[in-house]
Amino acid sequence: MAVQLSEAAQARIAQLIERYPTPRAVMLPALHLATQEFPYLDDEVCQAVADLLQVPMVDVKGVATFYTMFPTEPQGTHEVHVCFNLSCSLKGGRRLLRHAEQRLGIEVGQTTPDGRFTLRGVECMAACDKAPMLYVDDELYGNVTEEKLDELLQQKSSGE
Amino acid sequence: MEPIITRHIGTPDLWRLETYQAHGGYETLARALREHQPDDLVAIVRDAGLRGRGGAGFPTGVKWGFLPKDGRPRYLICNGDESEPGTFKDRLLLENDPHQVLEGLILSCYAVGAHLAFIYLRGEFFLGAQRVQAAIDEAYAAGYLGRNILGSDMNLEVLLHRGAGAYICGEETGLIESLEGKRAYPRIKPPFPANIGAFGMPTVVNNVETLANVRHIVAHGAEWYNSIGPERNRGTRMWCVSGRVRKPGVYEVPLGIPLRELIFDHAGGLEEGRTLKAVIPGGSSSPILTAEEAMAVDSDFDALQRAGTLGGSGGLMVLDDRVCVVQSSYIISEFYHDESCGQCTPCRQGTGWMTKLLHRIEHGEGRPGDVDLLLSMGGNIFGRTICPLGDAAVWPVESAINKFRSEFDHHISERRCLPGTESIL
Repeated sequence: MAVQLSEAAQARIAQLIERYPTPRAVMLPALHLATQEFPYLDDEVCQAVADLLQVPMVDVKGVATFYTMFPTEPQGTHEVHVCFNLSCSLKGGRRLLRHAEQRLGIEVGQTTPDGRFTLRGVECMAACDKAPMLYVDDELYGNVTEEKLDELLQQKSSGE
Repeated sequence: MEPIITRHIGTPDLWRLETYQAHGGYETLARALREHQPDDLVAIVRDAGLRGRGGAGFPTGVKWGFLPKDGRPRYLICNGDESEPGTFKDRLLLENDPHQVLEGLILSCYAVGAHLAFIYLRGEFFLGAQRVQAAIDEAYAAGYLGRNILGSDMNLEVLLHRGAGAYICGEETGLIESLEGKRAYPRIKPPFPANIGAFGMPTVVNNVETLANVRHIVAHGAEWYNSIGPERNRGTRMWCVSGRVRKPGVYEVPLGIPLRELIFDHAGGLEEGRTLKAVIPGGSSSPILTAEEAMAVDSDFDALQRAGTLGGSGGLMVLDDRVCVVQSSYIISEFYHDESCGQCTPCRQGTGWMTKLLHRIEHGEGRPGDVDLLLSMGGNIFGRTICPLGDAAVWPVESAINKFRSEFDHHISERRCLPGTESIL
């Protein structure tokens, strides 16, 4: 059977289509919902979204692949996003990123073999007063030291 | 002087409606709906001389005045896609004082006659999204949004629209494409959004801080606003100071105060024993200033422009004497390469070549002529792209070479950074 979004997500999308000037404008909201329900957005998920918005699947895929927050391949359980832009680098952000690589035994962009963590270097997250900063999943951490990062990874690792 | 926009930041639960109301929230809206016609508000904002706080500094009232009066529906978009490196003021407002932004937005919609507005929020602002959505819900329940707002004949729907990670959405036509459910490829202008914007309709795009200003301008009038800051540069600015200062943070000060004051008084100056090397004043795309230039310039739009740079988004980054300018340029260049949307060849390819060359120079593999090659590449990108991202990628590198040329040459002849610098890579 073809992949489908949950009934709640479908209802939400139908509701939004009523409120936006065009169904296609519900693309980003729909892809955010899909991202919550599927590990990543493959062709089948894109097709399911396309059916709801009544647009061609390639249009959905084109959008999904353009934006960094829509995963188009499998991700780790936790995503660690370390800022490596200038303000954070001036406060040791890139050193922190290398430390995370060593600690997790992977390179930036990779996922640990146990599937627990995906590590990314990310562009400025608009929190430069807290440099160096990072996100673990949806949570922002500021003024991060190597020790604090170790603790965080430990916490996330055992918190499953 | 007392801050205006950030005055109540730090008040517990400021994001809740009752807290905002306790500080006079939505009184301005109620009065404006009773006492003013929409055109009055446009005139007040125009006479106040408010300039956009997102980057370009374009006069807001003038922008509103471009909307054609042809009966088509109009849309207003609040640009909350704050992504210019070094900028973090809109996040502060959206997370802590969303009702202030919302009140400014409702007043602005009343002024321009928009019945549907979007708050385009940067996708990674998770807390901001929660707070803004909660504020929108509270505003509907209290009658500040919806039909017949506060008993008037004004109707307004507001939708929170989350981005999904793309710097280019900060550019207003890229944002509009994104809102329409597409890749955020900026549009060729004209037509400008005021005429053909979102969904083909007249559209105004205003920054978060700009809308917050509207609330206070309507409350206190154009004359009051004109008493703050120099001519053509009225009001305050929320400066985001980061990098090598003791107290990084957002500082709201009148436009035009000396940059020196901002860095040394407000942000606490540099760490013990360090000296100022350079300042990037308006987000990473703005041309770099030497210490000497930075110490002599005022912080208003026009003064910074006369000094050959930009107030831009208000993201001021401080570099001290230990920082290698080739490294800082490389980091900035890498960002624009990463965020180029790929639509225009000069930007897509050129930013990549610039980054590669800077990488090579930084890593001791630069060849004689590389620095001039960088400048010539910049010339082949600048002004040859649909949107300003191409220019934004060139400014920082070109200005760094022009002002710190010997440091680039040193990398090529000596194959390393200047003595006394410490790597930030």
